[in-house]
Amino acid sequence: MRSRHARLIALGGIVALLVAACGGSDDGGGGTTAATSAAGAGTATSAATGTTAEESPATTGGGAPAGSAAGTLTIWTDALYAPPVKEAADAFAAENGVTVNVQAVNETRTQFLTASQAGTGPDLVLGANDWIGQLVQNGAIDPVPMTDATKDLFNPAAIQAVTFNGQVYGIPYAVENLALYRNTDLAPEAPATWEDLTAAATSLQQQGRVTELLALPIGTDGAPAPYHTYPIFTAGGGTLFGESPDGSYDINQMEMGSDASIAANTRMSQMAQQGLLKTSIGSENLASIFTDQKTAFMVSGPWTLPDIEAAGINYAISDIPSFAGGPPARPFLGVQAVYVASKGQNKALAQEFATNYFIQPEVAQGLYDAQPRPPALLETYESVAAENPDIAAFNEAGAEGDPLPSFTEMAGIFDPWGKAIVAIVGGADPAQTTRDLATTIDGLIGG
Amino acid sequence: MASPVEHVRESGAPAAAGGPPPPGGLMRLAGPGGRPLGLILKLLLLAVAAAIAVWAAIPLIDAGNWIGLAIVIVATIAIFVIYLSPRMIPAKYLVIGTLFLLGFQVAPIIYTLTTAFTNFGDGHRGSKDEAIAAIESASITQAPGSEVYALSIGTEPDGDLVFLLTDAQGAAFAGTAAGLEPLVPGTFSAGATGKITEAEGFTVLNVGEASARGAEIAEFSVPTDDGAIRSQGLSTAFEGIAGQNYQADCDCITDINTGTVFTADNDIGSFVDPNGNALAQGWKVGVGFENFTDALTNPTIAGSFFKILLWNFAFALLVPVLTFALGLALAMLFNSEELRGRRIYRSLLILPYAMPGFAMLLVWRDMFNADFGLINNLFGLSVDWLGGEWTARLAVLIIQLWMGFPYMFLVCTGALQSIPSDLVEAAGVDGARPGYAFRTITFPLLLVATGPLLITTFAFNFNNFNAIYLTTGGGPFPADNPTAGATDLLISYTYRLAFGGQGADYGFAAAISVLIFLIVAVISIIGFRRTRVLEEVN
Repeated sequence: MRSRHARLIALGGIVALLVAACGGSDDGGGGTTAATSAAGAGTATSAATGTTAEESPATTGGGAPAGSAAGTLTIWTDALYAPPVKEAADAFAAENGVTVNVQAVNETRTQFLTASQAGTGPDLVLGANDWIGQLVQNGAIDPVPMTDATKDLFNPAAIQAVTFNGQVYGIPYAVENLALYRNTDLAPEAPATWEDLTAAATSLQQQGRVTELLALPIGTDGAPAPYHTYPIFTAGGGTLFGESPDGSYDINQMEMGSDASIAANTRMSQMAQQGLLKTSIGSENLASIFTDQKTAFMVSGPWTLPDIEAAGINYAISDIPSFAGGPPARPFLGVQAVYVASKGQNKALAQEFATNYFIQPEVAQGLYDAQPRPPALLETYESVAAENPDIAAFNEAGAEGDPLPSFTEMAGIFDPWGKAIVAIVGGADPAQTTRDLATTIDGLIGG
Repeated sequence: MASPVEHVRESGAPAAAGGPPPPGGLMRLAGPGGRPLGLILKLLLLAVAAAIAVWAAIPLIDAGNWIGLAIVIVATIAIFVIYLSPRMIPAKYLVIGTLFLLGFQVAPIIYTLTTAFTNFGDGHRGSKDEAIAAIESASITQAPGSEVYALSIGTEPDGDLVFLLTDAQGAAFAGTAAGLEPLVPGTFSAGATGKITEAEGFTVLNVGEASARGAEIAEFSVPTDDGAIRSQGLSTAFEGIAGQNYQADCDCITDINTGTVFTADNDIGSFVDPNGNALAQGWKVGVGFENFTDALTNPTIAGSFFKILLWNFAFALLVPVLTFALGLALAMLFNSEELRGRRIYRSLLILPYAMPGFAMLLVWRDMFNADFGLINNLFGLSVDWLGGEWTARLAVLIIQLWMGFPYMFLVCTGALQSIPSDLVEAAGVDGARPGYAFRTITFPLLLVATGPLLITTFAFNFNNFNAIYLTTGGGPFPADNPTAGATDLLISYTYRLAFGGQGADYGFAAAISVLIFLIVAVISIIGFRRTRVLEEVN
């Protein structure tokens, strides 16, 4: 009797061991990354780059080690871009007699850093330009020097965004920035100023045609707030950092807390009192408020285009308004780029793919077809903008934009900054809150 | 020590906490009639164990992790010896559980503890050599005014790599480890892009062949007067200069453009210049108790610590108490024989338990939305639930009550059914009113069974990161302090401190985890002591 029991337990144990072993690589990896990406939806960086995890379906191969054999190139991307990258990579593979393995990975940035350190990372990774600082700090990516002739093929702002410490670190393929969407049935005219927008929206609200004046994501946790209110902040005269002589941000010249920044945040506080900014609107309900026609105006990026087209609303895209008599609104310019991993197994092949193959117009066109965002490659942009006015409008709205900072401290700044905006929108004194925020940021940069 | 699950089972109730199903079916398989089958199964499963060991061993050998390999080998041998030998019956029971305990409990704890004494985190992930390599390769720039070459990878007759280069004017060179040699016109031919397709004395590799030697090519450089020609992919090469170089004699890195010398500080794992500026790429070093002293003395942390600790205790105590009260009330209601359709009600009540928690937390967050949320719309309220300090606390408690009561309901239903009804009836005969009988008989017996569960629920909710992070994100935050929110638990607060700032700081996070572990452990020990007293009374 006893020994029979023992055998049973052994059996159960070994089965459990087997299940655990199988589950560890596949189910465990995929399942948890899907779950954590749901958790991370709306964190500073994902909100900033617009690739919210909620949009992307759960994918497989989360933590699968990418043990590359000779002649095998492994590329990590998010689920949105996996199909077009795979198409481009297959063509490259067929041309050159190598194997290319494209893996859709959730939480790409974190996974990549961990895998890179463990030596199981990919050869190439696709991601936003605000990752660069952290990836360089951890020795995870290498510069990809470009000749001036190659740089001239790209939107100069995109090249500036992937340049860090004077080195080019990625090959850009898409430029993203915010613009103003409006429902043309409700608001036929594009408002040039916030005052015009407020007047138009208020009159629509009084007629009972809309319930909300404006959809701009703040969120109760403030995660999307800094990125989305930055154009208001700059239109109000605020700047975040001063410039170094070469035109890049100088982190030692923090401008938050200056009189200009307080004036800009006071403007924001007034907009909140008028009902233009609300913490109840966040990344999760932004698009639905616009597509349900609860509002005539929305501030968002090209990632919302598919939702709005699917809803069949008559819309138009224009520049984000400035304040009457004030400077233009400057949104952040985010850039999606491909990076060469420092610790990849096939670095030479990866560099070949990135610098000589990925810059071809056909590849850029394929990526655009999968995700309608303004291509960074000028030739492709011209052909795309000629047939899609939305893309041209986004480019126009970003003409004055500031590159999304890529230094490592930025991730830390977004968090308290977002919370300060929530406090200001909630009615806190803008001057005092801005000064307190400056103190917090000083502590982060100094410490 | 008696586990909570055993408690419930001893008292005859169904195993509510997800214990293994009764092994009836398997018992018959391996019963006396099925001896050969049992043996075959055993051998098969041992073979699977061996296969898993081999599968685990290969990457360990690749990585040169000999300690890990030794552990795998010893564990596998132990499994074989124990299950093939007719003796060692107790070990047969214990070994699998022990292995899981070691693998999934002890190892992570040891890893967390060791990490707590290092500066492991962003910028300090790898070794010093890796940091030096990263600094040098990040500093390579194209030499000013230098040539960009079209590159073909070739080999010399002896198989050594050679870079076959053409410049913009069409002049061709063969670059070897010895240096750059011009090629005589006429001895080579080039394609449209300027890439050399054939050259006398060399074999030109195609991309597939070249990529097979990719690691060699990435290391290969052709020395020049100013720097070295390196490949950029397989079809471009340029003359690059490393702007920052490591010198072993001074253990320092010199920036050749500015002349700044960054000296290695092996205590903090960074290269530091005389002004105290450190290079971004550092390495992992031991820092002793620094993470702990930081956590205890940092003024920002200490300022908010007690306020958060207080709410943390309130949250962790209120959740089990409220869920238990509601679960018990419902269990008693549905324990009554007269109620019709009990099964349907019971199934409906455990629905929240069956829903995926992550998704439900996000749904609840949206339901509490001030302008668009179901709760305000349904009741005609205009409460800014997540924006007010106390309403946000109430909201997270309501969410946890909804998520947690079905578990308590199940547990209490089981425990109630295990309490012999004749005890209560006897009390009734003796003249005790129902309330009195419940207070003096049913409830104490119930507590014996559910007490340990309440303690584990407390310990779980003490660190219930998701409950906060996915709903309020710790907020609302006071305008003057964006680091400590009204609903923050210690775990969500320290998550923000360790990962919300300048990237990830695993060493600091590990130190905080150790401190939280100590708090929870002390409380749990006290709690378990108290329930043991209860049992003795019983």
